[in-house]
Amino acid sequence: MNLILKDVNLFNPFSNIDQKKVSVLLKDGTISKIGNIDSKEFENAEIFELDGKYVVPGFMDMHVHLREPGREDEETIITGSNAAANGGFTEIACMPNTSPAIDSAEIINFIKKHSKKHLVNVYPIAAASMGRNGEVLSPIAELFEAGVVGLSDDGVAIKTASLLRKVLEYSKMYGLPIIEHCEDETLADGAMNEGINSTQLGLPPLPSVSEDLIVSRDILMAEYTGGKIHIAHISTKKSVQLVKEAKQNGINITAEVTPHHFTLTDDSLKSYDTNYKMNPPLRTEEDVNAVIEGLKDGTIDCIVSDHAPHSIEEKEEEFQYAPNGIIGLETMIGLSLSELYHKKILSLKEIVEKLSINPRKILKISVPQFSVGELANFTIIDLDSVWTVDISKFKSKSRNTPFDKKLLNGQSVGVVNNKQMFIDGAFVNI
Amino acid sequence: MPLSSRHLLGLQAVPKDDIQLILETANTFREVLERPIKKVPTLQGKTIVNLFYENSTRTRISFELAEKRLSSDTINFSHSASSVKKGESLKDTIRNIEAMKIDMIIIRHSAAGTPLYLTKICSANIINAGDGIHEHPTQALLDMYSLKERFGKLEGLKVCIVGDVAHSRVALSNIYGLKTMGAIVSVCGPSTMIPKYIEKLGVSVTYDIDEAIRENDVLNVLRIQLERKAGGYFPSLREYAKYFGITRERLDNNKDITILHPGPINRGVEISSEVADGNNQIILHQVTNGVAIRMAVLYLLGTLN
Amino acid sequence: MPDQIKVIDKQALDRILTRISHEILEKNKGSENLVLMGMRTRGEFLAARIAEKIKQIDETELPLGILDVTLYRDDFRTSLKQPQVSVSNITFDINGKNVILIDDVLFTGRTVRSALNALMDFGRPSSIQLFILVDRGHRELPIRADYVGKNIPTSVYQEIKVKMEEIDGEDSIYLIELNKK
Repeated sequence: MNLILKDVNLFNPFSNIDQKKVSVLLKDGTISKIGNIDSKEFENAEIFELDGKYVVPGFMDMHVHLREPGREDEETIITGSNAAANGGFTEIACMPNTSPAIDSAEIINFIKKHSKKHLVNVYPIAAASMGRNGEVLSPIAELFEAGVVGLSDDGVAIKTASLLRKVLEYSKMYGLPIIEHCEDETLADGAMNEGINSTQLGLPPLPSVSEDLIVSRDILMAEYTGGKIHIAHISTKKSVQLVKEAKQNGINITAEVTPHHFTLTDDSLKSYDTNYKMNPPLRTEEDVNAVIEGLKDGTIDCIVSDHAPHSIEEKEEEFQYAPNGIIGLETMIGLSLSELYHKKILSLKEIVEKLSINPRKILKISVPQFSVGELANFTIIDLDSVWTVDISKFKSKSRNTPFDKKLLNGQSVGVVNNKQMFIDGAFVNI
Repeated sequence: MPLSSRHLLGLQAVPKDDIQLILETANTFREVLERPIKKVPTLQGKTIVNLFYENSTRTRISFELAEKRLSSDTINFSHSASSVKKGESLKDTIRNIEAMKIDMIIIRHSAAGTPLYLTKICSANIINAGDGIHEHPTQALLDMYSLKERFGKLEGLKVCIVGDVAHSRVALSNIYGLKTMGAIVSVCGPSTMIPKYIEKLGVSVTYDIDEAIRENDVLNVLRIQLERKAGGYFPSLREYAKYFGITRERLDNNKDITILHPGPINRGVEISSEVADGNNQIILHQVTNGVAIRMAVLYLLGTLN
Repeated sequence: MPDQIKVIDKQALDRILTRISHEILEKNKGSENLVLMGMRTRGEFLAARIAEKIKQIDETELPLGILDVTLYRDDFRTSLKQPQVSVSNITFDINGKNVILIDDVLFTGRTVRSALNALMDFGRPSSIQLFILVDRGHRELPIRADYVGKNIPTSVYQEIKVKMEEIDGEDSIYLIELNKK
């Protein structure tokens, strides 16, 4: 079918496109023409009046937990992908801490099968060690062939330096990044960031040095082996500093941050609400400021949600015993635009780099160029839409977020990919 | 002026007037405990549930006596399992209990924040009998009452809390309560057991027990949990006793110092037998006062309209 | 501003207490086995004065106790304010004794009922006799005084206020007209 996106601001820093108030003609989901389009020329064209909204290369969230296989009650590949589309993403990478873990071609094929027909592309990240047990390597070559884009034992760091070395050296052959959840396992027995708040709330502490230690270890290992490390959900001032220095020294390292780590501090935990419990934990104002600085100066390459669905019963457990994590696909764009774009910390170009271009570069996925003949892969954003988060409208199966009823400024209004469009809450074939 | 809250979750946010009222009211109940008939009809018809997820015979008995002496009806609900995975969720347990039309819940639980959570899911008065390593307000209140009984006032009194401060709800509640009442609070113990940011609470720190004894009017000696040793916070009980244990010889540095202990005592570890049975300690007064304080709290919350 | 009339002055109060002290001794045929129990707050001071007068008349010092009845009240659920508790002070055994319970005003009788319950928790007296300084009527329970200082019938729009030197700075009894609202 013919589809016209009328009067958009077309913006793609990757291919230097920055055109105001143009129209885009799609034929069967492929870019056919960009510029002034006379709709009368095209019979039966579906026209979307977008009136100055921005069309950018589809956002990608490279750190998402889809709970299938194993915890389909919390999220499935389909519901997670629906949440991604609703959140403004055309592509996501999913983490391997499912049950069973993503450590074989069979599981990869299972994921691909389930996501085949969806607007959202799902790229699996496989476990670095078999079953994520930190003992032996997973079948990395086989996994690469089956289509994984990265390796991680996320949930925990790769257990030992010797295993990390092997993973880094082996993965070098395939150019796969190692995505590391940086936490020392012997300092991991806590429920919140160590600070005056943990003392006053009587909650067992997680010292920030636990993250710094493994970031440090991983940087040194990356340097020694020449492999590629990507620091997952960075959260401390010290970690950001270490990554910055490493980059200055030419080490092959990248980093990501979540919106909750640039929006909230550990003061939020005074209510003992488990919607503020995640790992890494919310830190202090000093850490939040450092992370924001890191986004500004390029130390931190991209923003991710670390979307972690959990069932209501599990999040209703006592704070110390409740599982870590919050969902994030459907609030990430809004939070990024509100907290970074509208507060003039990042420009729109930087936002698109952090949310769209850099994740793909890290995972070696092709970045949409907006050229004629290319399959359309867009996110349509309304930069000035003021809206209130309403969890009852979420597409995710889970509801564990602290941002319900939060007022945000900026929102995705639709996405286009794989010859489909998601707009006004529904999928249409184009 | 009644208490400003219908719950007692901790002493962090409790104003001075409230603490004052509780301590004064405890005088009445202290007198009741001296009568031949230690019972008053004040809370007749009230149903109080002792919901103890952690084993604690002493605190539970103290509360139970307080409840019975006020003529209320008492129910004991013990749970040895604290994790949801082993059985009914906390939320369901509370809802079920509330459906039986009860008035007050005394909750002891291993997870900090549980008493606050209870106030959100049920309408009974909630009294915290100890939540994890967070607070234990009635213990701190009875400690303060015992000190007031001994010294006449709390303002300006120099109190040092000795032991595993980092893992002690008794310590935290005492710090909050004593500071509110104008006492001068310090802590002493092995540095692995003193929380990193404790000075931000207005408390000074020393690792020298002899200095603590010399400089203070009162020592509140915390029990060393033997399980803690397994976590490697200190090398051995022997080492702890040698360098931090309160002994007769150590007390020669300040012969008049008053010793408190929340119990149960590990004789020969944090406190020697001599001191435990000696003239400096007021441990058994604490126990008696504990019942009076709990009666006062139950009275003040139970008769609130 | 409520109107008030002073119905008893310092001298009149003193004469009443003298008369009552004699009546107590007369009815009990002396002071043997007697104990005085003042109810907080003003009953306490009345009891102390009676004790002093009996000491002058009979040359005996009667045991004197103070009773706080707050914990025995019947209006916890209905009263808007939370009553402030105080301490009782009874240092002697009341078993087998004749207790003279002393209070300032007798109105509905509920406070005396609380006092009877409280007293029973301290022991088993031989008898309890009640001295009331002012009986203002309007009993809601079957309670009556053995010794009455003065009968002052009142309406529900009136109040009796007893003031004593020890706590109020003067000795007098006022009949107060409340505003009818």
